Amino acid sequence: MIRSLPKSKGYDISFIIYMVLFYTFLFAPLVVTCVLAFNDSEFPTLPWNGFSLDWFFSNTNDRVGIFNDSSNLTSIWISIKTAFFVSIFSLTLGTMGAFLFEQENFKFKQGFYFLALTPLVIPGVILGISLLLSTNTAGTYMENTFGIDVEFFRPSFWLVVIGQFAFISTFVLLVVSARLKKFDKSLEEAALNLGATRFEVIRLITLPYLKPALIGAGAVAFLMSFENFNTTLFLIGSDTTLPINLYLQVRDGSTPIINAISFLLIVSTSLMAIINLIFTKKEQ
Amino acid sequence: MNKHTKFGFYIFFIPVFLWLFLLIVLPHIELLFMSLKYENDMGEMVWSLQNYKEFFSEEIYWLTFLRVALYAILVTFLTFVVTFPIAFYITKVVSPKYKGFLIILLLMPFWVSELVRVYGWMILLRESGVINYFLVSLHILDKPIEMLYNDVSMIMGLVYTSMLFMVVPLISSLDGMDDSYIEAAHDLGASKFIIFFKIVIPYTAPGIVSGSIVVFMLTLGNYLTPNLMGGKNSLWFTEQIYNQFIASFNWNQGAAFGFLLLLLSSLIIWIGLKLTKQNLAKALS
Repeated sequence: MIRSLPKSKGYDISFIIYMVLFYTFLFAPLVVTCVLAFNDSEFPTLPWNGFSLDWFFSNTNDRVGIFNDSSNLTSIWISIKTAFFVSIFSLTLGTMGAFLFEQENFKFKQGFYFLALTPLVIPGVILGISLLLSTNTAGTYMENTFGIDVEFFRPSFWLVVIGQFAFISTFVLLVVSARLKKFDKSLEEAALNLGATRFEVIRLITLPYLKPALIGAGAVAFLMSFENFNTTLFLIGSDTTLPINLYLQVRDGSTPIINAISFLLIVSTSLMAIINLIFTKKEQ
Repeated sequence: MNKHTKFGFYIFFIPVFLWLFLLIVLPHIELLFMSLKYENDMGEMVWSLQNYKEFFSEEIYWLTFLRVALYAILVTFLTFVVTFPIAFYITKVVSPKYKGFLIILLLMPFWVSELVRVYGWMILLRESGVINYFLVSLHILDKPIEMLYNDVSMIMGLVYTSMLFMVVPLISSLDGMDDSYIEAAHDLGASKFIIFFKIVIPYTAPGIVSGSIVVFMLTLGNYLTPNLMGGKNSLWFTEQIYNQFIASFNWNQGAAFGFLLLLLSSLIIWIGLKLTKQNLAKALS
């Protein structure tokens, strides 16, 4: 049944067949998407008409490759900007949260911790509409009372950043807390005894210790923001992020340009995954 | 010293408090309030349960709600059934040499955006898609059939999207399990069936619960997969919410739907935790 116990041939073979089927199931959609990005065809399907890079570089009337498609390029840039701000903000707040819940004691700590975890179980769509409703109310109030128009109270770039930040912070908090739990507090106490202030201790001792967790959490936050759809859907203004832009194109019929974008995404996320992996391996 | 600590505490506490209060608590209170407001015949906003009455009197709304709840449970169960053998094989059966490689391979597709994965399934399954092309060229089919836009493909897509969130907690709880439990049971003559149900399942219960909670919640709140793979008849509850907000511009009705969905997901998660005697903090971290 397990490594150390005798196993029948049938048991082994059925497991291997299942594994092969499962991994095929897992990779089939991605492999097909990538391969068809290079097919010389107007539609993302077979038959294979020969290898072509048209959907990346072409700039003719019937075929516009991704590198000449300004709408998609703009949305990629907006997604990168969004993800950049979201990861900076959520990394900062998530780390503060980790310090708060791991190192401080205060009234209702359990209750606050519970609240801090709820974004994990609130469906993204609900978070999106709640934020849309409340910022709309706040915006109307500001407009009527003070006559000021606050940009991030309306669906806009910054509202998307705020919405994603609201739940991605929780993921950062969990990752950083997990590492902070293993931290040897006597290091901090030694530094404090030697006359360091609380913030010197954090800057010189605790943060360097947390570095691998911070890099990992930052990467995850970036990716989650870059790929977020559910929350973003309701908060988006005129700055369309890549997932939303792709969704609109897929819904209304598709050309292999979507395959080309997907190919680029798959390659870059895999690279990021591998780099992240090497980093964590090194730290161990 | 004490003064420093106090000061430090507020530096951490205030941002976290503002985050939780302004971005989590307040918006959801607003959601509840909006759902309780209704425009009467005079065009004034009044407190009313009308939005909820609407939900219960229109069959299509509560049937969709029920359908989504049942499908989410089904998807959670199927995801568990599909991924458990994988987690077990990787942690307990395969030679440790391949373990790391298999895990990386397993996680790789989930780094890629859900949209890309769903799109991959669309170009595989649709009438002009790749699978149909092969089936027709191999003369298994006379002409292509539409495999997309039905409940089966939608469920498959949802299981595919959710697998990661089940397999990771399963692997980590199976990893923590001492093989000698299984060996001892085997030596004492227990059958595979008994070992599985009396030892492996109870031991991995925490992993199963946390995986199930996340999968259930994500399935319930999914919009992309039902919308793109289920087609016009997918009837997912998030689509109803989207329609109320974006198409009909009836935000109060949409808020009521949103609040009901939130209630449903909290309720099922609470029941899951109670049944297995866990708490949220433990199940999620």
